[in-house]
Amino acid sequence: MPEDSTIAQHEFSNGLVLLAESMPGVQSAAFTLLLPAGAAYEADDRGGAAAMLSEWITRGAGERDSHELLTALDNLGVNHSESAQGLHTGLLAATLGRNLIPALELYADIVLRPRLDDEEVEPIRALALQNLRSLEDDPGTKVIYELRRRHFPDPWGRPAPGTPEGVAALSADEIRRFYRRTYRPNGAILGVAGAIDWPALRDVVGRLFGDWPSLPAPSVQERATGPRRDHILRETQQIQIALAYPTATFASPDYYRARATQTILGGAYSSARLFTEVREKRGLCYSVYASYEGQRDRAAILCHAGTSADRAQETLDVTLAEIDRLRRSGVEPDELETMRAGLKSALIMQQESSMSRSAALASDWYYLGRVRSLDEISAALDALTPASVTAFAAAQDLTDMTILTLGPNALSFPA
Amino acid sequence: MRFHHTVLENGLQIIAELNDQARSVAAGFFVKTGSRDESKEVAGVSHFLEHMVFKGTPRRDALAVNRDFDRVGAKHNAQTSEEDTFYHVTCLPEYLPQAFDVLSDILRPTLREVDFDTEKKVIIEEIRMYLDNPMSVAFEAAKAAHFGRHPLGQSILGTVESISGLKVEQMRDYFARRYSPANIVLAFAGKTDWDQVVALARSHCGHWTGGEASRQAVAPRGTGAFQALLRSDDQQQTIIGVADAPPLESDDRYVAQLLSTILGDHTGSRLYWALIDPGYADGVETTYQDYNQAGAYFTFLSCEPGATQANLGRVAEVYREALADDLTVQELTQAQNKVLARSVLRSERPMGRLVSLGFHWTYRHEYLPIADELEKFSRVTLDDLRRVLDRWPLLPMTIVSVGPTTDVHPPR
Repeated sequence: MPEDSTIAQHEFSNGLVLLAESMPGVQSAAFTLLLPAGAAYEADDRGGAAAMLSEWITRGAGERDSHELLTALDNLGVNHSESAQGLHTGLLAATLGRNLIPALELYADIVLRPRLDDEEVEPIRALALQNLRSLEDDPGTKVIYELRRRHFPDPWGRPAPGTPEGVAALSADEIRRFYRRTYRPNGAILGVAGAIDWPALRDVVGRLFGDWPSLPAPSVQERATGPRRDHILRETQQIQIALAYPTATFASPDYYRARATQTILGGAYSSARLFTEVREKRGLCYSVYASYEGQRDRAAILCHAGTSADRAQETLDVTLAEIDRLRRSGVEPDELETMRAGLKSALIMQQESSMSRSAALASDWYYLGRVRSLDEISAALDALTPASVTAFAAAQDLTDMTILTLGPNALSFPA
Repeated sequence: MRFHHTVLENGLQIIAELNDQARSVAAGFFVKTGSRDESKEVAGVSHFLEHMVFKGTPRRDALAVNRDFDRVGAKHNAQTSEEDTFYHVTCLPEYLPQAFDVLSDILRPTLREVDFDTEKKVIIEEIRMYLDNPMSVAFEAAKAAHFGRHPLGQSILGTVESISGLKVEQMRDYFARRYSPANIVLAFAGKTDWDQVVALARSHCGHWTGGEASRQAVAPRGTGAFQALLRSDDQQQTIIGVADAPPLESDDRYVAQLLSTILGDHTGSRLYWALIDPGYADGVETTYQDYNQAGAYFTFLSCEPGATQANLGRVAEVYREALADDLTVQELTQAQNKVLARSVLRSERPMGRLVSLGFHWTYRHEYLPIADELEKFSRVTLDDLRRVLDRWPLLPMTIVSVGPTTDVHPPR
């Protein structure tokens, strides 16, 4: 039998939170550093600052120029990505366990001492603009970004790639100001998992990041968005259908009931209702699913399907009918058992991937201020009953549903 | 890690790499058949059949197949390539008997006409989905252009026309010829017991029948063709280059893998510094793909339409320099470190091991432990890189350009 993993945590005096899970039988180590520097904190007319900055920080840091820095990461075999998201900038890295500490040392330079040289700004701007153009060529991804922008109150649904106007307008100094305002230890979470030595890791992270001064959290002005029904005209082969409606947050006592309804509706397995009704029984599309997206103060269930113009109306109608059936009739006992089996297996299999675990640690802390043990999650799943999930589904308010389509023609939407 | 293998009387080969440290077990059937084994009349049948395999057996209809996998929390899927169709499941060790009962059952599908007609619509939607993706369109066109009449150039998905015209009898006939037990490898990886998996395989697959399935694997020669296809609504230009490379039967594939990493890895490679770092293109990458008696280097490029010609010139310049001057030992070491770490990360999951194990056995009939695979990469020298570059230069390439401009020419 594999031994059990152990989770440790430490909060440094500047607010940085370190979470670590030692995973027996694993040679690799991975970390996820969430910085409170997402697109939500950008100035209204400067969309793209977080994304441009996440590219800029790796172009030279500390003693190393751009070339030396990437070479050093490559020599340590570090698989890495730096990306801006709605709420955070996420730095992800995975390598052999013995290279973890040297990799963290490089990342301390990247986060605390990026060179941010002027001459890198134009290449980064060119990349960011092209990235936005490539997004226009990817209708399935584009429709989800535009759905979030319409559904969540601004700035919480902003697309991390930014806007062409924002990217074109951003000056080097504006991006540096964004760096100085948002890259801070209070609000930053470092999740590490895999082949690790906890006391040594804690000491190294303290030495590398302990002197990082904390800053006040930026204030955010919330605004209503919309519209709740919209169509984007595109000459594509397929029509993209995307919709979102509010559900229980991560920290809510209803969280597991919300996840149960989302998973039974359209989770990543083939007996989910949308897959069964839309694809298996009617052959209406190739891909159809429902996912859960949470922020601290709000959460939504998102549904997405893409299909030909002549079948899109039926796809939308069947999808809406399934959402309504869930609300009216609730869930069956065997559906709940299937959902539980899937989520529990996934939890155990997550223990085989240091990358997945490091991300789960950081995400738990962000939403809950603590890390859930596998036993806690298992017990919460076991506690669900058909009656409790059905009661939650019946109380789901669907009046705030946002529906967006993208393609050659609009569909008829429910009122 | 312990390795075992055996062959059933009907020719089905069984292999397993057991790892007590794993938390899950992965099982997969590797059927040696794909788009290269299709005649023109049935273009896309391998992939369509892969979908139909999940549509039911004498014991289960499609919904029961889904239900019986899902109720033990088993993650299942399948994929079809030019030369293989691979069905797999990952589950907790205690549920392997139930999960394998379904996986083995569906490999002898009923192929009912009513399911065939419904699933045909799904396949056509899948084709249309990829038609909205410029990289997929360019990739299909580039393979067709490069391999010419060689069957590796045939589309995996087929076309709306070929799928619409396909008859269920043609699929049944293809199944009978290609899914014989002697053409299938059954592999297991992760936490399980050898005696148990052999017993499972015997009881579920021992009665399978079928003759010999063969493949004519003739080495192709790339055409070096050039095509510019108009897609006026795209914003970016998408370009794919293809050049011949070592086949999977040759140990030179380890060298080719390192060469493509040095020249065109998505980060820190020569192409990265020449095109991405200065902001000339938002994507460029060289990958090495091995096939049965064939191989190819693919170069992927995405950039603004007006910058296409200049960027093609930059790619060609990077390749010309590599051909003319030596690569450095630092570059080789850096690529080895990258490839090693990626192999270790991929291998930590039973599913990652299953893929390497199954394909290696299908084509090489040998077991390659992860340590030995790493050793193959570590042993590559600068002389190897030079020798393989001379034998398989990346230039000239077949080039297909897709996007709003057709004012594109082969690079000088």
